[in-house]
This record gives sequence, C-alpha cells and structure tokens, in this order.
Amino acid sequence: MRQFVDRHPIWSIVLFVVAAILLWMIFAVWPDWLKDLIGRKKVFLNALFNGITLGGLYFLVASGFTLIFGLMRNVNLAHGSLYLLGGYIGFMTAEITGFWLLAFPVAFIVVGALGVLLQIFVFRRMEGQDLRQTLVTIGISIVMADLMLWAWGGDFYNITPPDWLSGPMSTFFVTSVKRSGELVYLKYPFVRIVIFAASIVVGVGMWLLLNRTRIGMLIRAGVDDRDMLSATGARIQLVFVAVFAFGAGLAGVAGVVGGTFQSVAPGEDVRFLLASLVVVIVGGMGSISGAAIGALLIGLAEQFGSVYFPTYAVVLTFLIMVVVLAFRPQGLMGRS
Amino acid sequence: MAVIEDKIGAVAIEPKTWFERIPAAYWLVGFVLLVMPTFASNFVLFQIFGWTFILGIIALSLMFLGGYGGMVSMAQMTIAGCAGYMIAIFGSSAITGISMGWPWFVAIPFALIIAVLLGTLIGWLAVRTEGIYTIMITLAIAAAFFYFTRQNYVIFNGFSGFNGVLPPQLFGVDWRGPIAFYYLTLFWAALCYFAVLYISRAPFGLALQGVRDNQRRMSALGYNATAHRVAAYAFAALLAGIGGILLTWQSAQISPGTAGIGPAIDILVVAVIGGMRHPIGAFIGAFIYVILKTFALDALVALGLSGERFQLLIGLGFLVIVFWSPDGILGLWEKWKESRNKDPLVDRGGDAP
Repeated sequence: MRQFVDRHPIWSIVLFVVAAILLWMIFAVWPDWLKDLIGRKKVFLNALFNGITLGGLYFLVASGFTLIFGLMRNVNLAHGSLYLLGGYIGFMTAEITGFWLLAFPVAFIVVGALGVLLQIFVFRRMEGQDLRQTLVTIGISIVMADLMLWAWGGDFYNITPPDWLSGPMSTFFVTSVKRSGELVYLKYPFVRIVIFAASIVVGVGMWLLLNRTRIGMLIRAGVDDRDMLSATGARIQLVFVAVFAFGAGLAGVAGVVGGTFQSVAPGEDVRFLLASLVVVIVGGMGSISGAAIGALLIGLAEQFGSVYFPTYAVVLTFLIMVVVLAFRPQGLMGRS
Repeated sequence: MAVIEDKIGAVAIEPKTWFERIPAAYWLVGFVLLVMPTFASNFVLFQIFGWTFILGIIALSLMFLGGYGGMVSMAQMTIAGCAGYMIAIFGSSAITGISMGWPWFVAIPFALIIAVLLGTLIGWLAVRTEGIYTIMITLAIAAAFFYFTRQNYVIFNGFSGFNGVLPPQLFGVDWRGPIAFYYLTLFWAALCYFAVLYISRAPFGLALQGVRDNQRRMSALGYNATAHRVAAYAFAALLAGIGGILLTWQSAQISPGTAGIGPAIDILVVAVIGGMRHPIGAFIGAFIYVILKTFALDALVALGLSGERFQLLIGLGFLVIVFWSPDGILGLWEKWKESRNKDPLVDRGGDAP
C-alpha cells in the first residue's frame, strides 16, 4: 500500500477521489440534481450490490481457474463445464435430500474427483504442451456439454435456497427520504448477502492457505519455479493433483452458488468460462488477488452496464479487457 | 515443414519446366474437382463441396496463423462473420432499411478492407501475448463480437441479422446455382490455397516461420517480429473475409449465430483435425467435418442412437485426434509413412544415424 502510494502518487490520488465519491454516493441522501442525472438511488445501490455479489460468484469460478493456471501453466478450458456440472449435481442433491447446504460438499467432492481424473489421465500425459492441453480441454468441454445436455435436457433448473435464507433483508443503507422525513432503507435478498460473505470467506481462506501453511508454501514455490521445487524432493505431482482437485471443486461449488443465484442451463458453461477468462486476463494470470479485483471489476461493469446502458452491457466487459490488454498486457496484478 | 522443404529440395535437383514440376496428385485432384459437376448431384455440389471449400478457406486462415505463425486465433470466424455482415450492409439484402445497395464491385472490396482492418486490430491486440494467452484473448474477442452484433440493431440488425443476401448476377449466371456456386467456391479455395502455399515459401512466409521458431534470433537478425505477426493476421483476415462473404452467399443470410462461439470452436476443430502443417490440412478437415455434420445424424439414427448426439461424436473425434495425433490427419499420414520406412531389425528409420 505504502509502496504503491510512493510509486504512483497521481494514480493514488485518483483512486482515493473515486473511492471517496463512491462512499459518498453510497451513504449520502442524494440531492435532486444527481437524481435527475442518473436516476434513483435505489437503482444505483441495487446495481452496486448485484455487481459485488456477481463479482463474488465470478471470483469463486475464476480463482480455481487462476490457481490451476498459476501452478501448472495449463489452461483448463473445460472449467466452465466443471462449473455447470457442479450446478447440476447441486440441484440433484438439493432436490433428492432436501438439504441445500449438502449440495455444496457433494458438488465439491464429485467435481473435485473429476478434476483428479483429469489431472492424472489428461494433463499429466502432456505436461508442458500448452497448445495440446488447450485443444484437449476444448474437446472435453464439447463432450461434457453434450453429455450434460443428454442427461439433464435443455431445461432451466433453479436451486431453491431454504426458507431461512429466502426473502429480503433490510440493510442500513438509506435509499431516499419520505416526505414525512422518515428514512427509507434498502432491502436486499438475504441469500445473496450470505453467498457473498461465503465467497469472501473462501477468498480469505485461500489466502491463508497459500500464505500461512506448508502446502501453501509448496504451491507458491511451485508457481515460482516448478523444476527447482521438484529437485528439492517435494512430491510435486501430488501437489498438482491436490491443486487441480481444489480448483475443480471450487468450480463445482460456484456452480451450486450460480444455480441458486441465477439458473443452471446449457450454455452457462461457455458463459462462465468466458467470464473467468476475462476476469483472469484483467486481473493477471495466476494471481488470486488479481482474480478478486478482476471479478469485482467485471461483476460491477456487467451490472452497471445492464442498468445504465442496457444495449451494450456485455461489450463494456470486453472493452475493459481490451483496455487492460493494451496498457498492461500482463493484467492488473500480473507479474511481467 | 520438413516435408515441404524436402519436396522442394528433391525437385530442384533436375531442372524441369514449371509445368512438369506439378506433382501428379495435383493433376488428379484438380481433374476430379473440375469434372465433379458431371456426375455429382446438386446437393453434393452445393451443400457438401461448396460448404467444404468455404469452411476450408476460413480454416486455412487459421492454419496460416497457427501453422506458420504459431498463433492460434479463435477470432477467424469473427472476421469471416464481419466480412459477411459488411457485404450485407454495403450490398443488398432483404433488410432494405440498413443495406446500402451498393454495386458488388464496390461492396466486396469495402467488405474485405473492413475485415482486414478488424483482423489487423485483433492481431495488434493478440500479438502482445503468446501461446495459450492468444487463444484466450481471441476467444474473448470472438464472444464480444457475437454479443455486440446480437445487441446492436442500428448497424447489425440484432438477433435476426440479415437475410436475402445474394451474390450478384454476373455474366447472366446465377452464382447461387449449384454448379456455378461450386465453381465459384472451388476457384476461391484454389486461389487461397496456392496463395498460402506461395507465401509460405516467399521471404515473408519464411521470416514468419523464423519468428515462430525463435523470435529472439529473428529480432537479433533485424526482423521486426511484431510487424511480421500483425501482417500475418492481416493476410489471414483477407482469407477469412473471402470465406465469410462466400459463406453469407451460400446460406443467403448472416446472423450473430454465424459468428458465435460454437462456430469459432468449429473452425479450430476443422483446422486441428486436418492438421496445421500444410494448407491442404484445412480442406481435409473441412471435408471430414462437413461429411460428419451432414451424415452423422442418419448414421446415429441407423445405429439406434438419438441423432442429437452429433456434437458428442464430433467432440469425441476431436478428442481422439488431439490426444493421439496433435498434427491431425496429416500427422497420422506422416506417421504411417515413417513406420513403413522403418527398418524392422534396428527399429529405426532407414536414414537415421
């Protein structure tokens, strides 16, 4: 933080001003001219919160992707399929057992196990051949997409959260003032807040795992220099399998979250694969903090875009990517 | 590469006229393709061969980038789609509110120029990255183009796109008629094929292959690696643009789905199945893909499976090929030739040390 301020004084001032304006817009009661300019505060706050929670979901998907890429240098273009599979498995589990919470561990374990198989039977056989791995994962994603279409059909599924999670929750953000002087507070779906909190917990947990434990030390060493790590006698193949399983499992969990948030349907795999690609390109390959920043940025851009310029919401996301690529090809937090 | 260079080397030993140097296979294939309309049905001409040539041209642009430049771009279908849209916008279509109705000799060059400009822009962005990053970025660009055309109603007419985009009635011939269209696509496919073959041996192509193999060494020799790569994207965009215009004429329509993510992946599948080592691979891959796409449904039904599982078949075929032979069908062919030359006693090629 200090280093950043010292190195980029102008950028820090700009960021500080933007943050201050944003905080004011969140907490203040909007004057009339601002309301005339960009509409009601409730719309703005909703877009902001939706963007942040969507960013949380994107982070769950993209962090597994970036972790796998950072350690093993393989681009797993079947990551979107793992996400969708997680969603379907979560739906089935929640339907059959009736426990929403049970969907998470089941999706994590099943998709993680599939990840182990992928690592052992596919990626280990073609280590270091980037292009071939990419092509093979494209093939796997085509096959998986069709198998899932076969098994579950083209319908939309919705994972319903339990009763204690559904319904809106009042927050302490003022949206407007009634004529009587009474303050109106924002109401927001409880389940989204819980899911966002969970994604923060996952993020912090991953950070702790990577920076405070022995296995995290192994992974970080592997990211920096794989050959040297295996030369010191670490069982790197085991670490690879574990990381792949964890990344795949995260995608599965994200599928359950996405199924609760939105819906599970064919085509979502490509959507989330693209989202995580863009997030990872913007944030920087192989960096967890980059994935977090990228996910937040893309989630916000998508939601604000769909509220304020609905026609080109998706294009805005890709515009961010192009701008980042043009000025910082390694991504915001990537190492050159 | 070794194959092509070997062939050149072998031919150069004894001086012959250019006419005699054409390999026998070319005569045979050329003859069969030229007389095809005398015995093939209209469906075969228009749907199978027309489509094969068009897909082949677009896959050829990817093969040029991937094989000679080492850059696998997923945005070639996007460029083709862009050219198709431009021909619909500048030329005439059923959407008279948007189409400008320019004559073909203005509309076609304009469409190609815009496709090349788009290709150059994509190349300029993509060459900042390497290998797998290029795939990811071009895939993201392809998705952006798809969503943009789907949302934009002012220029691209949104979800429904353009229909009634027909080739011009030149020399009193209906160029969408099966035989005329067959020869049209054959002509452009042959032209693109020989252009790529020529460029691969021209100084530019050799420099491009040098950049692919060792960028630092080429830079040290004074070549501008980035400029060569961007130029390769521009040339590939020209090929893709030609393919895109023909594709639009064949189906008489263009919509966002034509240039979606699925078709972009299909082009990669075509190029990889055929093999990225030689331009002919793109057409072999396209032929296999078209045959599968046309007849897999009947074959699956005949085997008692549901015809909807076509995508599974394509995916599995692709998986098998990239898993066992990264160089596609051409790679298999070479492997087979090599194994035939093997000396069974030493288990080694005859000319190996």
